[in-house]
Order: sequence, then structure tokens, then C-alpha cells
Amino acid sequence: MEVEFKALLDDLDVLEKSLSDPAPIHKLRSHVENLANLSKCNPQRRSRVKELSSEVVDSNPYSRLMALQRMGIVDNYERIRGFSVAIVGIGGVGSVAAEMLTRCGIGRLLLYDYDTVELANMNRLFFRPDQVGMTKTDAAVQTLAEINPDVVLESFTMNITTVQGFETFTSSLTNKSFCPSKEGSGVDLVLSCVDNYEARMAVNQACNELRQTWMESGVSEDAVSGHIQLLVPGETACFACAPPLVVASGIDERTLKREGVCAASLPTTMGVVAGLLVQNSLKFLLNFGEVSPYLGYNSLKDFFPTMKMRPNPQCSNVACLERQKEHMLAKPERDAAAKAKMEADASTAIDEGSLHADNEWNISVVDDANEKDASKAASSSDTTLPEGLTREFPDADEYEREIAIASGSGEIEEEDDLEELKKQLEALNAV
Amino acid sequence: MEGWDPNTKSTLTRIPLLTTKAGPRDGAAWTQRLKEEYKSLIAYTQMNKSNDNDWFRISASNPEGTRWTGKCWYVHNLLKYEFDLQFDIPITYPATAPELELPEIDGKTQKMYRGGKICLTVHFKPLWAKNCPRFGIAHALCLGLAPWLAAEIPILVDSGMIKHKDDAASSAES
Repeated sequence: MEVEFKALLDDLDVLEKSLSDPAPIHKLRSHVENLANLSKCNPQRRSRVKELSSEVVDSNPYSRLMALQRMGIVDNYERIRGFSVAIVGIGGVGSVAAEMLTRCGIGRLLLYDYDTVELANMNRLFFRPDQVGMTKTDAAVQTLAEINPDVVLESFTMNITTVQGFETFTSSLTNKSFCPSKEGSGVDLVLSCVDNYEARMAVNQACNELRQTWMESGVSEDAVSGHIQLLVPGETACFACAPPLVVASGIDERTLKREGVCAASLPTTMGVVAGLLVQNSLKFLLNFGEVSPYLGYNSLKDFFPTMKMRPNPQCSNVACLERQKEHMLAKPERDAAAKAKMEADASTAIDEGSLHADNEWNISVVDDANEKDASKAASSSDTTLPEGLTREFPDADEYEREIAIASGSGEIEEEDDLEELKKQLEALNAV
Repeated sequence: MEGWDPNTKSTLTRIPLLTTKAGPRDGAAWTQRLKEEYKSLIAYTQMNKSNDNDWFRISASNPEGTRWTGKCWYVHNLLKYEFDLQFDIPITYPATAPELELPEIDGKTQKMYRGGKICLTVHFKPLWAKNCPRFGIAHALCLGLAPWLAAEIPILVDSGMIKHKDDAASSAES
């Protein structure tokens, strides 16, 4: 382009000399020069950065992020380049979360969605009208790669609730090629930004099976409240243990309408929820502050409830129950680690010297954890009930098990052939 | 179940309930579940035929029984409107119900999610959840699809969004 403009200007020079009245040529020349300048400020892609630098210059895309270290918030911000985050659902929340993580310089993003961009999405952030008709994953990759070419982007255009989609989903989560030395699955965190119960249950299933920590997010159909929730399989409630909306507002999640059937949405609420979600993710990944186990957002009253939910010992999800058992078995190990850490902390505290030189009233701090543990162990083996309570009726699971055993003999008799049943239905269909 | 007509209720009570709680990833248990699905579908189809209320055809289109295709129809003003019917068994089945799709009328009604998935959220999903794992495909058709067709097809026909195939053919000729 530049070469062309140069040639054009040279030609104008020649023309100017041969003409008697140079005024029109002068005009032409100024137009060409303006055009040449305009072409220079065409968008340029920035090149990749090898190492994050904390140097404060205008051209460093990471200077403000690296300043988090200088401010004493994050120990080692550069670790972010080693993290992989999977985002399921690239809608009003997921796309904004993806942009935030991209701008933070996350190592790798995996994006999942099967929808396409529509004009009806334009009341939310991120997607542009010229992307209408593209798949949300393609459109997201297009924008995100421009914003930060350092991020490794992988996109999956599929429905994770089908058998095939779910297989692709779990195998993509377990692919460790990005960081082979890391323990666990191939990703550090899964963010669920979907808009329906079925997809949440599918994410829940995958994460329970893979022992994968994940965060769930949601915005109410009236667009004025939302929530985020941290789910650590076995340690906290899984999605099948207690769907968050049942807890938050008494509404059964299953009765919620979805986007297509015209739920309301606001860029503000979705942006706030995406912000809360990514903030919690950064705290979790980079190990600073307190990671919220659950954080609600009620925009009408600006109320932000937080709480912690323990897993449901009668959860209907088998994988969740397995994780709960593992978590229970690993308790002595965790306690030992916590104790060792406390002792280490205590020894450093002693080095610093005691806070008060004299202790006139003999005040001392006594650990009451051991006492509690002992009384707990003495109570019934039923760990699901608080101390002092017993069940009047057998719990529902046991009741169903008994029925299954009672009817077990009957099941063996029924040896229907699947092919035979298929033929019967086909025969009915043919008539 | 308040608000359901007595006909649907009495039909429902005669569709055999299922007992095996298994999804497509559960191996032998899923085969057992499939057998139960077939039995309840056979019973329901027979019942419809004997009551002169035959209104769908459905069969598994893969050997694993995870994808189902067929037809369903609805009679309005003595004209029969027929649609392709399809759905996948989700991996979280039976905790979550199958999402029934009528791809031909995708985009013609608001009571539908993208891809022609009919909206079951209010009238059916709570029932399914309460009756897991006893409800199966036959119940989803009886309590999910049938009332949807009864509510939506008359509106779609009267508003001209869908045309009877004879009308469509003649208007194309003229």
C-alpha cells in the first residue's frame, strides 16, 4: 500500500512539472497524502510476547497486570500463562468471561457452544452485529485472537448433553498436551456459563467423574439477579445435590424458561455476574484473597448473599457420592497437612516474639477442635444427621434398596430380548 | 397433576412405569432400561390404536438407542398435520428428560428453543423430575409432546404459520 502511494506521488511530481497551472495538482497531492496517512493507522495485530514484563511502558500489554505483584496482591502473576480454563456456553456471561480472561493473559481457553450469533444477542456485550450468523465459538475466537494473540484458543461447536458431544467434552478436558507436567485433568478450572438445566447437569456429571473443580454461574430469567458457585467434587455440594436457585429463591430450576422462549436479559447483570465469576476464578487460580463458595447478586436490593453448601449424602449422582467418600477418606491427610501448616505458622510467629510482654490475666487461646471431633465420633455412625438426632423412618435410599431386593427375583424371570421388543414396536409402527 | 384432563390422566395410569435408573453410558443397565422403554412404548402405542387415537410413530435410529426419530401428527378442523419428530437421549438421562424436537416448525413459534426443541419447561419438566426414574419416552410423549401439539398447532394453523400439505401444494401450483 505504502509503495503504491509513493509511486502515485512521484507521478504527480512529473505531472506538476509538465503542466502550466499546478493548482489542481496541489489539491490532488494533499488528498493523496491524507489517504496515505489514513492507511498507516489501519489496525495492526500485535505480535506475541514471550515473557510477561513488568516494565511500565505504553507498549507493554501486561504492565498493569504485573503491577499486582508490586502492590502485594499476587505473588507470581506470570503463573497465569500456565493455566487452562474451559468455558461452557459462550453467551451473555461466557463470552464476557472469556474476554476478561483473555485480557488477563490466561494461558489457554477452551470454548464450547453450539449456537450461532443472532441480532437478538446484541443487547449483551462482546458480539458485534457483523458477526451475526457465525457460530458463537468462531466469532469468539476471531475477537479474542485479535485482543490477545498470546492466548491458546480451542473451540468446540457442539452440544455437550448428547452422548457423542459429552465424549468429546470429557476427552478435551483430559487432554494434557498444553501442560503435561501438571497433575489432575488437562484444565485447571471449568466455568459453566450455560442457560439451561440439562447442560448444567452434563457439566456437573463430567466434573464429578474427572474430579474437576468448576464454577457455575447463572442469571435469572427476569434479568435482575444472578449467582456464582464454586463446586469442588466431594467437598462442596454438587449441582445435583442442591441446584442453587432452589436454595436462593425457592424456585425449582427445572421450571425456568430459557433464552429462546424469551427470557429477559440485561448487559449490566450479565456483565456483573461475568465479573464476579472471573474475579473468583483469578483468586482461585492465582491464590489470593478468599474464594467464595457461593455468591448471589440481587440487583433490585443490591444484596450479595454468600454461603457454603456441604454435599448431600443422598445425592442422586453416583459419581458425586464416590467423590464424597474419597473426600472423607482423605480427611486424616488433610488434617495432618493443616496441622503442619499451623505449626509452621506458629513457629514463625514465635520468631517474631509474642505480641504482649505480660499477661496479667493469664489469657490463653485453647484449641477446641479436638474436643468437638471426639464427641462427633461418639455419636451415631450416621454422619448425615446433627448430634442428638435419630431418624424415625428409614431413609428413602434404604427403602428403595429393600424394594429392589424384594423384586430382584422377578427381574431375573423377565428375559425379554431387546431385538424382539424392537420388532414388536416396528410391527405396530408399520400398521 | 392438577389441571390435567381426565383422559390424559387415565391414559397415563395405564402406561407401564419404568424401574431401572440408567443412562446411555451405563452399559448393561442401559440395555435393561431400553427394554423397559420399548415395553412402555409398545403398551402406549397399542392403547392409542385401540382407542382410535394413534398419533405418533417413533423408533430408535441407532443400535445404542440414544437417537430416536419418527413422526407425530395432530388433527385440527378435520385436517391432519404431520411433523418429523426427533430427539437424543441426554447423557444425564433419566435425571433430565429428552428434549423433543420438531425441526420442521423451528422458528415458527415462540414456544420453542433453537433447533425445534419444544418448550417443556413449565408443563412437563417438574413432573418428569418428580417421577424420575419411573417416567420414560412414552410418558414424555404423552405428557410433554401431546399437550404441546394440542395447544400450539391450532394457533399455528389459524395464524397461517403452518399450512396443510394439500393447501401448500395447491398454492404452489397456482
